[in-house]
Amino acid sequence: MTLQGNRKNKVKYSEVVPSMEKWPIVQLSKNRKAFVEHISNESFNNFLQNSRSRSIREELETTVYREKLRVKGNPWKVDPVDDRSYWKKIQQQLSESQNLNPEEAKESEEKLLKEIIERYSEEIAGNFKKTSYRFAKRFITFGFARLLNAARVKGILALFSRQLDLDDKINLVGYPEHIRKLAEKGTVVMVPTHFSNLDSILIGWIIQFLGLPPFIYGAGLNLFNIKIIAYFINSLGAYKVDRRKKNPIYLETLRTYSTEALRKGCHSLFFPGGTRSRSGKIEKALKLGLLSTTIEAQRINYQQNANSAAKIFIVPVVINYHFTLEAPVLINDYLKLKGQERYYVENDEFSSSYKIATFLLKFFTKGSNISVTLGKGMDVLGNYVDDEGNSLDHHGNVVDPIDYFITNGEVTVDKQREQEYVRILGKRIIEEFHIHNEVFASHLVAYTAFRIQMRKNPKLDLYSLLRLSEEDLILDYEDFKDVFKKLRKRLYKLNKKGKVGIAENLQRKADEAIRHGIKNVGMYHAKRPLVINKENEIRILDMNTLYYYHNRLEGYALEKYL
Amino acid sequence: MPLKNTSNQIENDEIGIFDNPVGVLGAGSFGTAVANILAEKSNVILYARNPDKVANINSTRISSKQKLKDNITVVYDLEFVANSCNVIFPIVSSAGFRDLITNIAPYLKPYHILIHGTKGLDNHVPSGVTIDEFNPLSREHVKTMSEVIMEETSVLRVGCLAGPNLAKEIAEKQPAASVVASHFDEVVNIGQKLLKNEHFLIYGSNDLIGIELCGVLKNIIAIGAGMIAGLGHGENAKSLLISRGIVEMVQLGKSLGGNPNAFLGLAGIGDLVATCSSKLSRNFTVGFRLASGETLKEILSSMDEVAEGIKTIEIINTLAKTYKVRCPITETLHKIMHGEMTVKEANSYLMKFPFRAEVDFL
Repeated sequence: MTLQGNRKNKVKYSEVVPSMEKWPIVQLSKNRKAFVEHISNESFNNFLQNSRSRSIREELETTVYREKLRVKGNPWKVDPVDDRSYWKKIQQQLSESQNLNPEEAKESEEKLLKEIIERYSEEIAGNFKKTSYRFAKRFITFGFARLLNAARVKGILALFSRQLDLDDKINLVGYPEHIRKLAEKGTVVMVPTHFSNLDSILIGWIIQFLGLPPFIYGAGLNLFNIKIIAYFINSLGAYKVDRRKKNPIYLETLRTYSTEALRKGCHSLFFPGGTRSRSGKIEKALKLGLLSTTIEAQRINYQQNANSAAKIFIVPVVINYHFTLEAPVLINDYLKLKGQERYYVENDEFSSSYKIATFLLKFFTKGSNISVTLGKGMDVLGNYVDDEGNSLDHHGNVVDPIDYFITNGEVTVDKQREQEYVRILGKRIIEEFHIHNEVFASHLVAYTAFRIQMRKNPKLDLYSLLRLSEEDLILDYEDFKDVFKKLRKRLYKLNKKGKVGIAENLQRKADEAIRHGIKNVGMYHAKRPLVINKENEIRILDMNTLYYYHNRLEGYALEKYL
Repeated sequence: MPLKNTSNQIENDEIGIFDNPVGVLGAGSFGTAVANILAEKSNVILYARNPDKVANINSTRISSKQKLKDNITVVYDLEFVANSCNVIFPIVSSAGFRDLITNIAPYLKPYHILIHGTKGLDNHVPSGVTIDEFNPLSREHVKTMSEVIMEETSVLRVGCLAGPNLAKEIAEKQPAASVVASHFDEVVNIGQKLLKNEHFLIYGSNDLIGIELCGVLKNIIAIGAGMIAGLGHGENAKSLLISRGIVEMVQLGKSLGGNPNAFLGLAGIGDLVATCSSKLSRNFTVGFRLASGETLKEILSSMDEVAEGIKTIEIINTLAKTYKVRCPITETLHKIMHGEMTVKEANSYLMKFPFRAEVDFL
């Protein structure tokens, strides 16, 4: 389904839940204090219950050690003022308790553990406010629309034109009505692919465009360094994730936060790949930590409410661009990392407000079309669900997910089993990503060009291939077209089997599709990956970004059909 | 068919694991042996493939030449098995496996646990698909039994039972051991609890595919071992075949998604040694008779149970080409089965084969 069209027959979605008071996220923020307390208690119990090889004292000692290191080595503006003194105090109390008798020591250790967890819970918990949500939402939609008009419709007056909205630029494909229905029946967890910093903004816009209540999502604590950004992020339902803190106590608290919010019915957004795809490939392995909270939350729901339990739905989302603004940086990171460079510093393009503003400006003034595919909803085991939220197994028969948690007639807790289920869910999400990927002409021209180069130089490894000299970077048009058509034929076959989507721009006549593809692939990079001149001579200008855009079509076994 | 209140049934609290009876699908020799082992601790429902056979077993209380324990109920009703049992052991030949699973699938729910004991592969090319050089036979078409279960049903908690388990020795209660493998600890634990007794030991493994492949691939080598015995060769020749056989199994297993470690354990070497040394093994018998001059056709027409190795050789011979794995023993056996080579020729061919490294997978 395409939502592009003229203004008159544009689709407008009503609010799924018109009364804000009924939004789970509003309920949660109203009772924030109680919720934070609840998180602390649950995390504390979970932490004690999960049998680990190390004692509480050992866990506390490592945590204090790492936290002190962080405070000293990598302090951020957003960190609390008492950070240094706090950890010093904990350290002191910990060493004092060492001399107590075992029972008292245990009591003291648990007290410290509880205190740390409380501090983490308070930090992680979001600060959603109804009023600022309204404001932020209007501001952003309005602001984007203005920028867009300024860029597309010529002249300064266009800033005030209402000719274009964001939905003119975004091609929404997939099952929007289905997702709206699921949001009424249960808790929706969106899991998008992640290629650009723009993705979160895009998804945020999609969520409000669909009339869904706001989703909670984990935002990097570094984003809260900048006050104005912090304001918007907070008001849009974020909770805070600090990537510097990797100690088990913090991670358990974070997981519990997500689990409990899901159980309260808060729709959530995870980027299951963790960070942006550096290589340009669709995610192959997912971070299963947060994903596992969906399974845990679902199981607890079943334990407490059996068959009337609220259901959790996983919705894969695939975002496609002709052009990823940060592609050159990303692919460089990737190549360095793969080239075994020992010291790799992740650079943060979003470190200041200025950088973000330039990024957005560039995107709106320069970006070409974007497609967002909303996949079919699934249950936490990766079974598709129908509009009513019933799970269907791969033969289309209704199954009840509670049965996956049952042994000998009862819902049981089995962490190892749930780990296996997360693995299965992760695999299903990756499959769905590939199915819902909309192949653009630009992706296929990049793939074709790069693969022709590989075929021409069968002996070269990736790094030598990327360093080919200029005269080796010219491609014969007829040869190119030949390969392009062959690959496209294969994609059509896959499409027929429901294994991949094909964008309109790739369905045109071969010559036209190739032209469109080359014109659009990485179009605003300083160095275009691929150009074509009037004599139909195709030339590669930048092998690195070409490789990046080529990677998008990895995982479909197209290379066999070259 | 009420299970309680008959004097033969074990009382629930004595079992202590499951209130429900345990199901076994398939009343062949191994299926029957497993049913008898399970019956030491649980009530068992044994499914046989046709009503006549069920009637026959019920009247004689003998199945595949083994006396059935009293607390085993024999039925011809898959729905009844699925509704009565949480844990089910499908133990039928690989040729009939997919059909059986498809038939019971409508009654299976995700709470079921299936542990199969079938040492063969499923070759499933959907109608309309042709296997040629562009679409060679691959793992897309060839599945292990656990994969068949997951394809055809909504059951995820799947495991397999593999190891040196000559049905006749088990029936005689001689000491033996086996491996239960599953990705789920829960399945391994339940399998162990249900099967373990003082003369039957159960190891656990998480390498489901590896353990399945052990059981599958050793049947090839067993046919070879039978041939060597049939030729009248001695122990040197047999151990040569066994040790080269395990190398070939590992190479094949790796290319099909298994982990080499599995092959060094009970389900690999253990099972291989047992099947290669025993005239009780069907696969061994096939090889033995081939070497004595009988044709495959003659042998097959006179056997009442399936020797999985024959089908496995066909599949593996083709798969090995797709994955470019050298497997001289399988290739040679394939040629013999198809009359392209005599057993004697094969013998001298293999003795001249230029093996390089002896062991290169560790």
